[in-house]
Amino acid sequence: MNGAEVWIVILALGAGTYLIRFSFLGLIGSRRLPEFVLRLLRYTPVALFPGIIAPLVLSPAATDGQFDPARGLAALFTLGVALVTRNMLAAIAAGAASLYTFLWLLG
Amino acid sequence: MGATTAKSAFGQGVLLGLPFILVIVPFGALFGVVATEAGLNLWATMGFSALVIAGAAQFTALSLMGEDAATWLVIVTALAVNLRMAMYSAALVPHLGAAPLGQRACAAYLLVDQTFAAASATYDQRPEMDLRAKLALFFGIATPIVPLWYVSSLAGALLGASIPEAWALDFALPLTFIAMLGPMLRTLAHVGAALVSIALSLAFAGLPAGVGLLLAGGAAMVTGALIETWSERRA
Repeated sequence: MNGAEVWIVILALGAGTYLIRFSFLGLIGSRRLPEFVLRLLRYTPVALFPGIIAPLVLSPAATDGQFDPARGLAALFTLGVALVTRNMLAAIAAGAASLYTFLWLLG
Repeated sequence: MGATTAKSAFGQGVLLGLPFILVIVPFGALFGVVATEAGLNLWATMGFSALVIAGAAQFTALSLMGEDAATWLVIVTALAVNLRMAMYSAALVPHLGAAPLGQRACAAYLLVDQTFAAASATYDQRPEMDLRAKLALFFGIATPIVPLWYVSSLAGALLGASIPEAWALDFALPLTFIAMLGPMLRTLAHVGAALVSIALSLAFAGLPAGVGLLLAGGAAMVTGALIETWSERRA
């Protein structure tokens, strides 16, 4: 992606995100959203993140798309810590530590 | 309700915002580092953090740009990650909806996960607060959070340029997403949505970059909402 395209993404994403934030506060007021729409909104991050993660973990660009056991194990360990602690930063820290450990052991 | 009330509400807001520094600073710095590794220059990295101020969406955009997805797909997918903020916006209407347009416009810019969580919890606990106090509280909460998001992104971007490849920072992106995902998997509906998302994104891997993710995400959203509806009926 070239510099101009990156800025198109930044500006469109910035404007779009602002409109989402401003939507009800600024424009729509107290009109109620249908229950099913609220339900769909609740699941957007959890519906998108796993789809982003799975290909990155199974075929990392750094190993030319070949599955890498060290990275795979670190991903599993990070998920375990995230599930148990429910703490994003603890999981990132544990994930980084496990990645370096597995890279060192298996690399 | 004199100026003192609003002033003390602002101070209380700042205190409520302070603990989030522990989340914002490392997360913002990580974005700066990963964005720089991905080849964004300092201005683009800061453009993201100042105009989008939404870590998850910023990381989503980075990940899709890394896969050379079409520009419109990067935008649509990252915006989908931010759709939850429409719920935040709606939930604040009873509290801030009567404020002047300019103040609502400022509050909208500052409406992030952390400011929403702290403000809405306080509004629920203290129904006696008036509009001015509620606004002051909201801006107080944002005061330690949003500026530090910029500063930590900047620090990360400056640092990122000097980190050697041996650190395997390529994998910071998926690990960050996994760490964000874990705490979200609270119910069967969330787990069901996640499994559908994984299965379909892998099944659609042959489609142009980003298309499979959007289809998988749409199907997973519907799955989550349907499981929730279904488990409520059973309960």
